[in-house]
Amino acid sequence: MKPAPFTYHRPLNIDEAARILADVAEHDGRIIAGGQSLAPMMAFRVARPQHLVDIDEIVALDVLCIEDATLRIGARVRHSRFVPGAIAGPTGEIFAKVMPNIANYSVRSRGTFCGSLAHADPASEWCALATLLDAEIIARSVRGERRIPVSAYFDGAMSTTLAPDEIIIEARIPVLREETRTGFYEFSRRKGDFAIAMAIVAFGVENGRITSPRVSVGGAEAYPRRIREAERALDGAAPGADAFAAAAEAAAAAVDPMEDAVTDAAYRRDIVRAATRRALEQAMQ
Amino acid sequence: MNAKPKGVIGQSVQRIEDRPLIIGKGMFAGDISFAHQLHMRIVRSSSAHGVIKRIDTQAARALPGVHAVWTAADIPEMGPIDFREGKIEKLEPYRQPVLAIDRVRYVGEPVAAIFASDAYTAEDAADLVEVEIEDLPVIMDARAATGEFAPGLSSEAAVITQGFGDTASVFATAHAVVEIDVTVGRHSGVPLETRGAIGRYDAARDVLELHGAAKVPHKNKETLARLFGRPAAALHLFETHVGGGFGVRGEIYPEDILVLAAALRFGGAVKWIEDRREHLMAANQSREQHHKTRAAVDEKGTLLAIENEFWHDQGAYPRTHAMRVAETTCGILPGPYRVGAYKALGHYRLTNKTPAATYRAPGRYETNFVRERLLDAIAAKLNISRVDVRKQNLIRSDEMPYARPLCVLEDDVSYDSGDYAGLLDKSLKAIRWDELQSELAERRKRGELVGVGLATFVEKSGLGPTDGAHVCVDTTGAIEVITGGASVGQGFETVMAQVCAEALGVDYRNIRVVHGRTDRIDFGIGAHASRATVMTANAVHAAALIVREKALSFAAELLQSEAATLDIIDGRVIRRGESEGPSITLGEIANHLRPAAKLRRGREPGLSADGWFDTDHQVYPYGNQIAVVSIDRETGAVNVEQYVIAYDIGRAINPVLVRGQILGGFAQGLGGALYEEFLYDERGEPLSVTFADYLMPTANEVPKVDVIISEDAPSPRNPLGIKGAGESGIAAVGAAIASAVDDALGSPGAITRLPITPQRLKRILNRLASA
Repeated sequence: MKPAPFTYHRPLNIDEAARILADVAEHDGRIIAGGQSLAPMMAFRVARPQHLVDIDEIVALDVLCIEDATLRIGARVRHSRFVPGAIAGPTGEIFAKVMPNIANYSVRSRGTFCGSLAHADPASEWCALATLLDAEIIARSVRGERRIPVSAYFDGAMSTTLAPDEIIIEARIPVLREETRTGFYEFSRRKGDFAIAMAIVAFGVENGRITSPRVSVGGAEAYPRRIREAERALDGAAPGADAFAAAAEAAAAAVDPMEDAVTDAAYRRDIVRAATRRALEQAMQ
Repeated sequence: MNAKPKGVIGQSVQRIEDRPLIIGKGMFAGDISFAHQLHMRIVRSSSAHGVIKRIDTQAARALPGVHAVWTAADIPEMGPIDFREGKIEKLEPYRQPVLAIDRVRYVGEPVAAIFASDAYTAEDAADLVEVEIEDLPVIMDARAATGEFAPGLSSEAAVITQGFGDTASVFATAHAVVEIDVTVGRHSGVPLETRGAIGRYDAARDVLELHGAAKVPHKNKETLARLFGRPAAALHLFETHVGGGFGVRGEIYPEDILVLAAALRFGGAVKWIEDRREHLMAANQSREQHHKTRAAVDEKGTLLAIENEFWHDQGAYPRTHAMRVAETTCGILPGPYRVGAYKALGHYRLTNKTPAATYRAPGRYETNFVRERLLDAIAAKLNISRVDVRKQNLIRSDEMPYARPLCVLEDDVSYDSGDYAGLLDKSLKAIRWDELQSELAERRKRGELVGVGLATFVEKSGLGPTDGAHVCVDTTGAIEVITGGASVGQGFETVMAQVCAEALGVDYRNIRVVHGRTDRIDFGIGAHASRATVMTANAVHAAALIVREKALSFAAELLQSEAATLDIIDGRVIRRGESEGPSITLGEIANHLRPAAKLRRGREPGLSADGWFDTDHQVYPYGNQIAVVSIDRETGAVNVEQYVIAYDIGRAINPVLVRGQILGGFAQGLGGALYEEFLYDERGEPLSVTFADYLMPTANEVPKVDVIISEDAPSPRNPLGIKGAGESGIAAVGAAIASAVDDALGSPGAITRLPITPQRLKRILNRLASA
């Protein structure tokens, strides 16, 4: 579990990082920030990048703020930054609800939000949240800057539409309206494990009716997605057991669950159902 | 309970071995280095079964920094790995070679060894070795049709039987017959510290050294000295700090032999540190057994006979323990109950998985699960309570010692002492069994899936026959206790010091305890199967009493008193009851006993002695475990709400250390009950080679446990009344949790397999819901 040989680069600004990556991308050059997924993969020699471009020195990537009703998350922002109160409003609340469920203390102290988006693990909580919140991924390369809507970002398990020479420098997230209710539930064998499935929800309640419902399901398929069937079941309904059960059922029916050696599709579907309902219930608490 | 003596035995005193561990000065295998050492990396089979067609090491040899690359052809003198307890005729042809010869039989089997200037280069070189293997069919289930280990050698390496009485006739006439078919999953000890071995040849003294030894240094020294053809004084093993033993550490594996062979051949030091992925595919696995078990009972649930046929999944090769786990399974299955007749038939089967051996409570974790499942099934069938069926079958204290014509570790089973029913009552009281029933019923009415389960068990510990120790007082009064024991982190030094301190009359903190070094003492039993405290502490006790006798006899002359009127308090000999009178310290006596000292007058030089402890039989502690669980109906997750472990240890030398043993064991038992499992795909590819796939319980998963340490039944088989502590916490966790989950489901017998994963439990829930 010693990594294969690689060349280590430590640029001081974004332009330099983009230049280096442009040079080394075709030799499997990779960006590293927190390294909490990449480094173990290198230790197993599953990943064998010949070059690592460490963006940890680039202070400009530390941005974490709300500007023009958009939450900006720079590429050096660690998971652990999203404590309660760090970000105002319901957007901050859902980030703070999700964050403690990511892996363990040391991973949360080092791993980054944008790194999770780049790694694109099917069970990544941040990928599911970015999906829920219609995030925009800001990608930089020597060719310029590109804004990728999250709906066009994932294209498979641990696979994205990011080009090999592009660096995620920031994620931008339109903030939720005040009064928006949010909920999160995931199920894993142990706390901090990759979830078997998860659901993150957001909705408003006006005049006793659900408005603007959003349901994002992660861990069940190759990448997270909004479940429109569940959202339709909620839209305009009275918040409560019936609507939540209907949405949960719709989510369970809509997903095409992955299977592995220990978890079959039927079980994952059961978990999607439970997670969706529990996330919705949590939003009402 | 015995009146607590006021000495240091029985006190929860602080451990004397913790200082280096706490300040970061521990010395684990990875911390051992020698100048100019080479680093070894193993090239492992990626095929579960196949014929080796070609191994190309050319590119690896050419890599700068690579010193040598070995395949089996390079070490023809290194025969297969022997069994710890000597030759076993029928298993000889099944022994594992150090490096694979012609065939590979599991993924992870060592095929080649790289020796390089650093660990990175060694791993780079390992990547460059090309191994071409022609796959053969695999056997992945011990119950499947047998195949051939090698031409003419069946994959059923042995069939084991034990028993007594005529079960057939009992079954033919019994009131009822209850049958179960249950499986214990493959899991094992996964210590925080992986294995490590540093071989060193000291040419100046012509001594071959193995550093990083654990558990059984002296036994392994014997085996290795034989293998390398070296006299006993020319090969030594050195234990380091050990980050967890649990059965898997300290056995002789291929890597241990390779570092020694390379050290000898290259004339220097060779270091190997196992990585986690290797550990999860190469260190001994354990537990996997399938049991078809049936009981014949009368109308009250009295156990008239048990028949048990089982399939023991040994993995690809027998290891140093040979058939011990399967044999223990046969011998211990009846546990704490009277059984009129018994028959065990074990199929010792080789499969294409990592080889198996002992893991903390070997043969008991498995049989406690099987037997207690059987007791629950009897209760359900006859509609009597799970407590009553146990109580009426428990061996009574007036039946002790209770011999039964079975055998465990070549020792005839004979339970030494115990009040099994009395301890069960204590446990039921602790959990408030009767009130709990109505509380749980109330919660079930509200729709919760909650239940309670219990298991009773007998442990075995203190296997002899003999252990020795040397106690020596120096001229400053400091004491050294030299043992052939081993420390796997359990508090060995503290316990030995406490026993010595009480016998000798000194402060236990003034004692150094040597262990795990074959160059300091010729014999040693090590630390395995809960025997260190029983065997080694009794030997230390014997040695310390002799030293005490020597000190008193010398002091008697000097103080002009009868030895019987003297006592030793805090290292000073005084007249009994006189704190102010004439006195002499042990250090002064040691000074007078120097070889050249004038006052020695023909006495044997030195204030020191060897002590021995011999025993004919093991000793049998016993206990109960009770679990309260709730089940998440939607996910199948099990939450352990309450847990009680009651354990009668005879005499606890240090209750806090006993408690630590129980709690640590419990956490591992919980792993086997709910989380941990080595899985393989149908081609024999291991699926559990990272901590993301092999799930150990963490602080989040382990609930609070109430521990009751009872001392009602000291062992009559040793002067201190000691029984072992190491394996009680783990022994019945699978059994108790399975019983509780059944109860929560309201479906006796629903759980037939460990671990109870949420995936499996959800399937059961769905089945029950649709039924």
